[in-house]
Amino acid sequence: MTSSDSRGTRMEGGGATLIVQATEVRKSFGTQEVLKGVSLEVTRGEVVVLIGPSGSGKTTFLRCINHFEKPNSGVVQVNGHLIGSKLDRNGRRVDASAREIAKQRAEIGFVFQHFNLFPNRTALENVMLGPVKVQKMSKDKARTLAIDQLTKVGLSNKIDTYPAQLSGGQKQRVAIARSLAMSPALMLFDEPTSALDPEVIGEVLTVIRDLANDGMTMIVVSHEIGFAREVADRVAMFDDGQIVEIGTPRQVFDNPTQARTKAFLSKVL
Amino acid sequence: MLTGALQFNTSFFWHELLRPSSGFLGGLGRTVYISVIAQVIAVIIGLAVALARRSTLRILRSVAGLYVWVLRGTPLLVQLVIVYDGLAATDIYRFRDMTLLGISILASVQAAIVTLALNESAYMSEIIRAGLAAVDVGQNEAALSIGMTPAQSMRHVVVPQAIRFVIPPLGNDFNAMMKSTSVLSVIGVPEMFLITQEISSSTFHTFEIFLDAALYYLALTTIWTFIQAWLEAKVDRSWGIVRTKRSLLSSVRERFQDPRTLGLSRRA
Repeated sequence: MTSSDSRGTRMEGGGATLIVQATEVRKSFGTQEVLKGVSLEVTRGEVVVLIGPSGSGKTTFLRCINHFEKPNSGVVQVNGHLIGSKLDRNGRRVDASAREIAKQRAEIGFVFQHFNLFPNRTALENVMLGPVKVQKMSKDKARTLAIDQLTKVGLSNKIDTYPAQLSGGQKQRVAIARSLAMSPALMLFDEPTSALDPEVIGEVLTVIRDLANDGMTMIVVSHEIGFAREVADRVAMFDDGQIVEIGTPRQVFDNPTQARTKAFLSKVL
Repeated sequence: MLTGALQFNTSFFWHELLRPSSGFLGGLGRTVYISVIAQVIAVIIGLAVALARRSTLRILRSVAGLYVWVLRGTPLLVQLVIVYDGLAATDIYRFRDMTLLGISILASVQAAIVTLALNESAYMSEIIRAGLAAVDVGQNEAALSIGMTPAQSMRHVVVPQAIRFVIPPLGNDFNAMMKSTSVLSVIGVPEMFLITQEISSSTFHTFEIFLDAALYYLALTTIWTFIQAWLEAKVDRSWGIVRTKRSLLSSVRERFQDPRTLGLSRRA
């Protein structure tokens, strides 16, 4: 977890540390260009919510940040690392190895729309797996850490439960704990509540809100406008593979300058 | 002999069934251990071939594809004769009787295990490939997201989950494997079928002794059915899915009545 004082220093003006710096990211699937040069900077402790119609490129952009998708061009830096690449002896950018990419990803938490918990492992084992296999932590230490993380998301009573016996909201909270156990510098959320029943959305949003208050740097793809208004420091409006508008929730939601933002908001609000 | 009366020798049938000769038991034993060893080797080679077929290296994919194509595309019987007689006739390789850990293994048995394992590995690789493909892609992404390399993800996340999809078709294949050991008689492996044939030609009680052999094959595949059910239940338990406890008889009845559910139920 990042230090709790970071939230106070994250706004513009000197000292804020850049956690994410994405520059002119382009991505095509076949002949279809899904990202048409997206740039975004996120400072430590900042929460950025990505909104926009489906197919606008939000999720693809999020997946470029931890290299689930390899951009066709552009640069993504997270916590000072060039994601998916490294510099060779002559200072040229070359592809990083699978091992190096894995190391970069270990610093970036990713929460999926469909949770993707390991069904053959209990909640505790789901959370312990990363620390034990990736960080080579001792099982005892990892167990203590995992119990801490599960307690933090309110699931200390579900430690030995298998995913099949958890509700959607509980699964998503285990998934968040699994990411947090790796002490990430950045958390990415891909529509974390879209697959949930309405009555359990709140419990997941509460966990994400608590994380924001603890100073975690986050990028969240979400359709929850109320949540974005409350938690986001900035909101980025995606349309047709580009960020068409970015600003504080008040600017974007209350005084949108772009016609496409207005049209989108009129549909979801 | 053609008197029209039933020539079934009941006492011979029961004697050979209940107190089989040591020769027959030796054949039964060979049938079992050849099948088990060949199947174990086949699973290991099959996993390697299945992983090769998913490799990012084109050459590895091609070689694995070729391997499966050839071994699945030719009859086991032909493969057996090529491996045992063909290789020896051309002086490429000659299997010889050998002693391993104090157990003597006939040349023909070695050839049989090698051929059955290779043949079955092609089928196993397809079964394992399907099992790996059945694991949701999100599982691999989740493993990568916590910093695993693709190899770690395969080992700790994808393969363990594929096992659940692999066991039922593997059981099917092993059932077939135990029965196809009967073709090993053509290269002179003294397994159950060959011994039965020998008893038949020396006693002329063909119907009786082959009926006995059929019952022994049936017993083997039946025992395997139970072992497979136990394996499936064990894997399900490791996923937090438990079967309700029931008597052996009712679980057998259920298994034969509705093989789809296998008495599965999720813990509430």
